[in-house]
Amino acid sequence: MKNFNIIIAGVGGQGLITLVKIITEAAFIEGCDVKSSELHGLSQRGGSVIVHIRFGKKIYSPLVKTGGADLIIGLEELEGLRAHVFAGPQTKFLVNKYFSPFIGTLPEEKIMENLNKIAKNNLYLVEASKICKEKLQNEVVSSLYLLGFCVNEKLIPLSGGSIFEAIKKTMPEKFVDLNIKAFELSKNI
Amino acid sequence: MAKKVLLGNEAIVRGALEAGVSFVTGYPGCPSAEIGEEFLRIAKKEGIYAEWATNEKVALESAIGASFSGLKSLINMKSFGINVCSDSLLPLAYTGVKAPMVIVVADDPSCHSSAQSEQDSRGYAFLSHIPVLEPADVQECYEFTKLGFEISEKFNIPVILRTTTRVNHQRAIVEFNEIASSQAPRNDGNFVKNPHQFCTMPPRVLEMKKELLEKMEKIKQFAEKSKINKIENSLKIGNSKLGIITSGVSYLYVKEALGELGLNLPILKLGFFYPLPDKTVLKFIKGQKKVLVVEELNGYIENGIKIIAKDANLKTEILGKNVLPEIGELNTEKIILALLKVLKLKIGKLENSLKIESLCCNSAELSENLKLEIPRRFPKLCEGCPHLYTLAAIKRAAPENTVFGGDIGCYMIAGYPPHNMQDYVFSMGSSMGISHGIVKATSPAFAKASAGKQKVISLIGDATFFHAGIQGLINMVYNKSNSLVVILDNRITAMTGHQPNPGMGKNGMGETVEELKIEDIVRACGVKHIKVLDPINVKELEETVKDFLTKDEVSVIISKRICALLERRQPKSESLQVVE
Repeated sequence: MKNFNIIIAGVGGQGLITLVKIITEAAFIEGCDVKSSELHGLSQRGGSVIVHIRFGKKIYSPLVKTGGADLIIGLEELEGLRAHVFAGPQTKFLVNKYFSPFIGTLPEEKIMENLNKIAKNNLYLVEASKICKEKLQNEVVSSLYLLGFCVNEKLIPLSGGSIFEAIKKTMPEKFVDLNIKAFELSKNI
Repeated sequence: MAKKVLLGNEAIVRGALEAGVSFVTGYPGCPSAEIGEEFLRIAKKEGIYAEWATNEKVALESAIGASFSGLKSLINMKSFGINVCSDSLLPLAYTGVKAPMVIVVADDPSCHSSAQSEQDSRGYAFLSHIPVLEPADVQECYEFTKLGFEISEKFNIPVILRTTTRVNHQRAIVEFNEIASSQAPRNDGNFVKNPHQFCTMPPRVLEMKKELLEKMEKIKQFAEKSKINKIENSLKIGNSKLGIITSGVSYLYVKEALGELGLNLPILKLGFFYPLPDKTVLKFIKGQKKVLVVEELNGYIENGIKIIAKDANLKTEILGKNVLPEIGELNTEKIILALLKVLKLKIGKLENSLKIESLCCNSAELSENLKLEIPRRFPKLCEGCPHLYTLAAIKRAAPENTVFGGDIGCYMIAGYPPHNMQDYVFSMGSSMGISHGIVKATSPAFAKASAGKQKVISLIGDATFFHAGIQGLINMVYNKSNSLVVILDNRITAMTGHQPNPGMGKNGMGETVEELKIEDIVRACGVKHIKVLDPINVKELEETVKDFLTKDEVSVIISKRICALLERRQPKSESLQVVE
């Protein structure tokens, strides 16, 4: 198996670390070597956060190379675009249709225009936040919704079963149900 | 043997448990905080004593006391913590430890979560003569922690485990052992008097220095034999164009880069940063035309190797910081570019040139194609954060040329737009010391009439005040300043992930303790103008700022309101775990 490289980009507080925990655990369950790198602290106070996950036969560096991502998951539109430095011609972009603006940001149309320009046919825009808010009254679990989407659309070479098991292993018991619901929600929509 | 995915910091905890650690202390900072948090979480269950100290100096000193009483200890801190505790660290090298001690110091190359400086704490090895180990991955976090305790036990010296963000916050699979019953934590400390060894008074102190230097020679011999300094592809030595010496996380990038370029070069991977195993290094560099030293931040190893090569009259060319940056963390791409340069390879001449080309050029090209600059998203104060009220009120009340002194905590965000209220920021507690100097340099009592006569407002948080603020305040009172200090008391150490502090009435273990009132401390320091208020009473805060700025003496406002995240968390204590 070729090594698989994921970048997850978002805004601090969007549940990035939860996603890293689940994906690394699922890769481990499938017998892969796996490494990831995350950031805590200052950058998490509403700033841009990028985390790296790599799995495959043998992984040395925890960091994805410039142009080396197989999959970029943008939990927010501008942050998805910001992660484009990790994109090559092969990269699939899965972007949450969620915009968190700030003073001096790019307008949403401009972000979309550029995302389309870079990702071309490899762009998947999904209204994860909106759907999770409507169906589960919780926006934070949209990251799990996106992960479910990845599995259904085969954007990630991990099985639903492994991710299921990983959620149970890594999440506090009382949040397991909600996260599994979010993970499965994308199947039914 | 069991296998599990762990965070680097969790692997350090696991290694320490297997080594039989009994006493854990430290001060929370990024990227080390999860070590202390994890220990506090499991302390009762494991029978370990654990705490958050008021600062790193106190933490180290407590661990010294525990060590002298026979308990194995671990201290955790971020990079700058070692500066704070260095005053006691240097004499500790002289006295040595009685029971083993490991000091975890976590640097943050690229300053992802650090103000102050891009510190390379390995330099303390030279200052203190304390062994320093550098793990590269999570497995080594576990193994080197255990080894650190072994070395400490064997040589009665503390050992520094120096990590970096990409090691502390790396997740990977770790293979680990059972905890042996012989290594169960102990709670039978006993201080046996030994002033000969524990008092660094002259003339004994110079004798102790001699003992330390002799000890270092023995540790050097140990390092020469240690498996954590390992040579890969040794058969290639002498008939390849280049050898590589590397340490820490850089090793992982080197392996990745060589794989990418299809190169098979000899590598010396140093687990010991200090002492440097001279003979092992010499064996490696002898007969090689060129050696590239790949290390993050300062070129300490490179310099050490240049000395070894020179002393042995070798012609080996030692390269390092001439082709690799001294600023910012390394990664695979930077090492590929350095290798291409050193080996005088053209991208196009390589077998897998297309890949490399895309690697080195793709992002630049893409950005160029986009002709787009993506605006920076600055960190910001959370919704409902009490600092938002405090900053807004101060900004309205303070005259135009007021100087705002910053300190270390969430309120550093005052320096970003839209607040722009931070005219200097240095280190924990420094807002007041620097403010005092500005006030004195510009005040009529000392300076000419043409001097600035500027008002200075220091902004400091509750935890930072307890950590290193009090001395600055005493100095201001003692030396007649008229500065205004605003203590932003959000009832917790928020920035590093909500650890308790002495103002909360709860300690790290969750025990109920005396709740220190900041206003009582401030009063005891001799401050006469004190006001405690809730910043949502914006008018009152504004008026107090205006009033206190007219005072001829030091004044302190304690702007007290619980951190918004903590407040939301309180009814359902775990509800925020989903949000990280």
